[in-house]
Amino acid sequence: MQSISQLDATFAALADPTRRAILARLALGEASVNELAEPFAMSQPAISKHLKVLEGAGLISRGRDAQRRPCRLEAAPLSQAGDWIDAYRRFWEVHFQRLDVLLEEMKATPQTGGPKEGE
Amino acid sequence: MVDNALKISAMNDCEIVMSRVFNAEQPLVFAAFTEPKLLKRWFFGPDGWSLKVCEIDLKVGGAFRYVWRKDADGTEMSMGGVYRELEAPRRIVHTEVFEMDWTCGETRVTTLFVPQDGRTTVTTTILYSSTGARDAVLKSPMESGVAAGYDRLERILPDMAAETV
Repeated sequence: MQSISQLDATFAALADPTRRAILARLALGEASVNELAEPFAMSQPAISKHLKVLEGAGLISRGRDAQRRPCRLEAAPLSQAGDWIDAYRRFWEVHFQRLDVLLEEMKATPQTGGPKEGE
Repeated sequence: MVDNALKISAMNDCEIVMSRVFNAEQPLVFAAFTEPKLLKRWFFGPDGWSLKVCEIDLKVGGAFRYVWRKDADGTEMSMGGVYRELEAPRRIVHTEVFEMDWTCGETRVTTLFVPQDGRTTVTTTILYSSTGARDAVLKSPMESGVAAGYDRLERILPDMAAETV
């Protein structure tokens, strides 16, 4: 189970579009800093800064190969954040589906009279 | 209905944006969000709960208060706030805070009702004043997500990639 502070770190890391794109790239397989910097038209130091944030949040790990230090996606924290978003989504979807039903009932009744009483 | 599906279109550590299309005219949808009699019929929490108290003073500076009750054991949860900006039936800005010991921050919520071709898109932007406020949501009695691994990741990542194009 992830702590609240870990979840905060995850969301903070995900708040940046470049970092989200880096994660999307790493979902396809590991990559070096060079390989990541290329498609983003960013300098290596700029990419490295983003990688530090992602690593700090536990979303990626770096390989031991001193030359390449390939970045790997770490799935656990991200799926935890995904679980939370999913729960939030489900909570609202249940409510909005009820509202769909209510709106259909309201459309079928004169506005001035308000909605029908009872179910 | 796929094109009406709920979208959570942006999110960072202190903001959530939700968007949903409803097949009804703007004034009707606005009423469903602001009239207690109507709110009680859809915004009553998880199954087995009810919106027992729903008081709304719909004007700038006016207050609102909701009390939800779990019918089985009498558990109650309440929330209140103040309307900051109001342009019926188009826009509402309000603050809200849960009156429970697990809350620790006020949220600022902007709700837009945008009409188009007899339908209404409702976009809600929830701005947490601190991570504490969002933590309160995390600890709320929402159904918790089931543990999952890469399968969920694969669902989330294409969305992320699409955002960055």
